[in-house]
Amino acid sequence: MSMIFGVPLAVLAGQLLIGVINGAFYALLSLGLAVIFGLLKIINFAHGAMYMLGAMSTVILFDALGINYWVALFVAPLLVGAFGVVIEYFLLRRIAGQDHIYSLLLTFGVALLIGGVLTNIYGVSGLRYSMPDVFQGGMKLGFMFLPYYRVWVIVLALLICFGTWFMIEKTKLGAYLRAGTEDSQLMQGFGINVPLLISLTYGFGVMLAAFAGVLAAPIYSVTPVMGSHILITVFAVVVIGGMGSIGGAIITGILMGVIEGLTKTFYPPASSAVIFLVMVVVLMFRPSGLFGKEA
Amino acid sequence: MTMIKKLLTSAVATAMMVGGAQAEISNDTVKIGYLADMSGTYRDLAGPNGLAALEMAIADFGGKVNGAKIEVVSADDRNSPDVASSTVRRWLENENVDMVAGLVASSVSIAVSDILQENDKLGIVSGSAASSITNEHCTPNHIHYVYDTYPLANGTASAVVKEGGKTWYILTADYAFGHALEGDVRRVVEANGGEIIGTLRHPFPTPDFSSFILQAQASGADVVALANAGSDTTNAINTASEFGVTQSGQTLAALLLFLTDVHALGVEAAQGIQLTTGWYWDMNEETRAWADRFMEKTGVRPTMVHAGIYSSTMQYLKAVDATDSDAAQVVRKQMMETPINDMFAKNGRIREDGRMVHDMYLAEVKTPAESKGEWDLYDIVRTIPAEEAFRPLSESKCPLVTSK
Repeated sequence: MSMIFGVPLAVLAGQLLIGVINGAFYALLSLGLAVIFGLLKIINFAHGAMYMLGAMSTVILFDALGINYWVALFVAPLLVGAFGVVIEYFLLRRIAGQDHIYSLLLTFGVALLIGGVLTNIYGVSGLRYSMPDVFQGGMKLGFMFLPYYRVWVIVLALLICFGTWFMIEKTKLGAYLRAGTEDSQLMQGFGINVPLLISLTYGFGVMLAAFAGVLAAPIYSVTPVMGSHILITVFAVVVIGGMGSIGGAIITGILMGVIEGLTKTFYPPASSAVIFLVMVVVLMFRPSGLFGKEA
Repeated sequence: MTMIKKLLTSAVATAMMVGGAQAEISNDTVKIGYLADMSGTYRDLAGPNGLAALEMAIADFGGKVNGAKIEVVSADDRNSPDVASSTVRRWLENENVDMVAGLVASSVSIAVSDILQENDKLGIVSGSAASSITNEHCTPNHIHYVYDTYPLANGTASAVVKEGGKTWYILTADYAFGHALEGDVRRVVEANGGEIIGTLRHPFPTPDFSSFILQAQASGADVVALANAGSDTTNAINTASEFGVTQSGQTLAALLLFLTDVHALGVEAAQGIQLTTGWYWDMNEETRAWADRFMEKTGVRPTMVHAGIYSSTMQYLKAVDATDSDAAQVVRKQMMETPINDMFAKNGRIREDGRMVHDMYLAEVKTPAESKGEWDLYDIVRTIPAEEAFRPLSESKCPLVTSK
């Protein structure tokens, strides 16, 4: 078998594929963050908590009401998104226009509160969620065993990413959004309800996080702390891509998944640090990120 | 000469007075501090329910010992040796705490045992895994009660090798506990004629194990062993099940797994996994009866740590009662001299290095067809006798043993 740096080619191919799958996850999560920062200038530290809420509510909806995965795929993000709108309306609106640090601290506090309450109720061992029957098993690719569910995750995540990018960058609604956040007085003059637009945008960003949570529920331990682990990584991805750049978040997300996957193959102990290393290097040469507009 | 005589007499008298003062309970109160992870990774296996077990023991003892009050204080150590140290220092120096119970993260236990020794107070470690706690880190001021990494390797690893798992690939959590466990496993596997063909050190914590499981699969080893704990282990088992590790003929060996972990995984994903445990709630009438009372109080079945906290608190209170003292050395000596026979252990005994030795058990997770309820999780496959399970004193590096 041919080898690359002591690693069989087949193993490497498997790792690259896994890297792309994990990258699609990062892309989905960083996309929500980028939307919220790019349009509203809110540093949403509650994003990890919203991802966790997406996964937790999927499990709870199933246990309490018997709502299955397919329905949860729509219902859970809507519920969590609505919760996001409430947070925006009652809390974030009061600090609009203030320095970024206020939104960071406020959302961080919200995340701690949500995490603490759920830990008290559900503990930290994790809730059980069975994979839908259609996704049981996987295919043998020769170089690896690929579970069907992972294929579904990557397809769905990429679709959502592309759809969101298209909506914001290429449609009229997206144009309103971008204009509304640039010059809200002008847009209000045109008769557009800008505060509502802002609430809905925050809710939409939160929905993207919750959607990633639903996708995560069948494969990861669903616990109240699951969001805090991934949040910092996702922030790094957004910073590398360029704060607020929608396309940058998607491309960087997938790229970082691959880089992390390769590190896990060649030097596993560094795999949790490699993204931050990339971040440092990128910021040294391009302070506004790979796809960010020069400040 | 008379001068020396006088000095000697007064020294003896002082010593007797001190000795006399020790033979009573200070402040007429026995105060126990419960220190554990109340909100993080180890919350469910010890945490608030460990405090419930401790309170059960005090209530069962009658709420008083020799007429003295029993008080409890508790705190969250947040798995941080710094937080733990400052809490315990305050407890011992300002709040007259006599004994510290709980003690889960190994780093916390090692830090706290130093402070206990400085203040000559007693600690009972119930949750930690590192076997070094009664080896190179032993002190005359703490006891390690429930289990440690030595029997975990002895039980699970030797059983799996004997069943034909000759080649091993180990996924190790990259910190002190993981390294210790990996070392213990290597020793046992090689002693039994097996071979370690690869190890991989993953960061702690790791949310996604797919890449590591893929590497373990590609190694072609008979056994994929998990030298990690908590959410790392459950995540790894979930991913292994998703990627069909056992279906493709490899055995999965989880070296540290608690009842709460298996409950979270469910029998579907965890079936067939072998593990070593110090106790299981459904072993006999006595354990079931206690577990029923515990469940009534907490809503869940107890882990070995919960049961160990109850048992060790009882053993402690009995020793205080028998000696009418709460002085650390007096109580510890009495605890060592009294064999432990309760719902947790039969003929358990505390050795001079502070290790409580008792029978351990090799368990196998039931299949969905065998399991009759959400907590009906283990079959006990084998009892590992105390002498075989724990590190023998002849191999000990504990100064309390080697200086003899």
